[in-house]
Amino acid sequence: MSYDALSDAVIKGDINGAMEETRKALEAGVNVQDILDQGLIATMDVVGDRFSKGLTFVPQMLRSAKTMQQCVEILKPHFQEGGVSTKGTVVLGTVKGDLHDIGKNLVAMMLEGAGFTILDLGVDVSPETFVQEVKKENAEIMGMSALLSTTMPAMSLTIKALVDAGVRDKVRVMIGGAPVTGKYAQEIGADSYASDAGSAVIEAKKILNID
Amino acid sequence: MLIVGEKINTSTKSIAQAVQTGDAAFICKVARDQAAAGAHFIDVNAGTFLNEEVDYLPWLVETVQSAVDIPLCLDSPNPEALIKALECHKGEPMINSISLEEDRFRNLLPVVASQPCKVVALCMAQTSMPTTADERIAVASELIERLTKAGVALEKIFVDPLAQPVSVDVTMGSAVLQAIAVIMERFSGVNTICGLSNISYGLPARRLVNRTFLTLALAHGLSAAILDPTDKRLMANLLTSEMLLGHDEYCTNFIDAYQSGGIEDD
Repeated sequence: MSYDALSDAVIKGDINGAMEETRKALEAGVNVQDILDQGLIATMDVVGDRFSKGLTFVPQMLRSAKTMQQCVEILKPHFQEGGVSTKGTVVLGTVKGDLHDIGKNLVAMMLEGAGFTILDLGVDVSPETFVQEVKKENAEIMGMSALLSTTMPAMSLTIKALVDAGVRDKVRVMIGGAPVTGKYAQEIGADSYASDAGSAVIEAKKILNID
Repeated sequence: MLIVGEKINTSTKSIAQAVQTGDAAFICKVARDQAAAGAHFIDVNAGTFLNEEVDYLPWLVETVQSAVDIPLCLDSPNPEALIKALECHKGEPMINSISLEEDRFRNLLPVVASQPCKVVALCMAQTSMPTTADERIAVASELIERLTKAGVALEKIFVDPLAQPVSVDVTMGSAVLQAIAVIMERFSGVNTICGLSNISYGLPARRLVNRTFLTLALAHGLSAAILDPTDKRLMANLLTSEMLLGHDEYCTNFIDAYQSGGIEDD
């Protein structure tokens, strides 16, 4: 099965074309999980990679992600109960005291496009809420965003809260945001730093040893 | 049109290094270049040094004002750093910025109300960032009301409508522009101020986007901007827009800039 036409349509953000290709694949009897993995998710990996390299821009990425979401809607009724595989659960949010959500939303969108299950806690998320949701969801990854140098220390406090709750070794911590650096991630004991939404996908797979 | 020079900010590597090593000569040069290019205020921001900001910000104030004879825009949400910076500042400063976020408002109100100063009122709501023009206008109205009630004159308030990336929502540009127009009309005498770089996040050719946005914002009544005054094309756009909007009598500033080589017709 070639996914070239579907892939092209997703990259271009051609919603109608991509939906058409998805339906065609279903009608041809292609396995639903294969359409998702090899058609859609593999394409979003390409989109994320191009974005990280500066070859494609935010509006194009958004358009591709929206196209993929529409295709997933077509696939959904065809998955058997509990049949959708996920790469892992990511609990993410913007840290306490910080209301910026644009970067965090882009990361959530691209991780979802890459096949992760996302729980987005929104903005101004307290360390207690992060810990509680990580425990409740048995999350593989906790993602924190901060857009202000003044709110970066909340990342460190949240990691401390994970330690205090005894769950630090159960979850991988990934951080990002304009003032955040890889060096800072090391200093506060995070597992990973991602500089943009495309890299977030690569980093998430890396820390979970996927692919 | 009031211009605030944005370059002395420790989120820029060379500035951070100069601040850390106490390289006053470097900071003075950046300040002088901006003043010579037309800045009316020089922004100073040491926010990336969380623990040292209380010492670095006053040092920046003294250093910059030893080089240029203009007031500064003290860029910090930290009341302690601001108070120390204010103590050594000469002239009437601009404080950047207060917002509706609860802690920030409570901490900064006594600082801005206790002395003559200009204040940037950032349209950040208590628990969210505004998206539509109406949301921005609502936050601005509340900030203006609470600031004037505390004794801050309308003319000293600079509302920042909080530009957000047009790349994630194409209505973000027009939302800011409409908000500027309504705020300037509804609160006659108030100022509006805007940074330019947020609008272009996620797009290519960002400087082109920024300077085109500045032109549009000016056309909607923007009265101040935080920008890099040493960016010649940006300043050429600004001068040309101001002239076309009827703010440059006998086109003096525009022609002066042309004759001194600041503007080229390419």
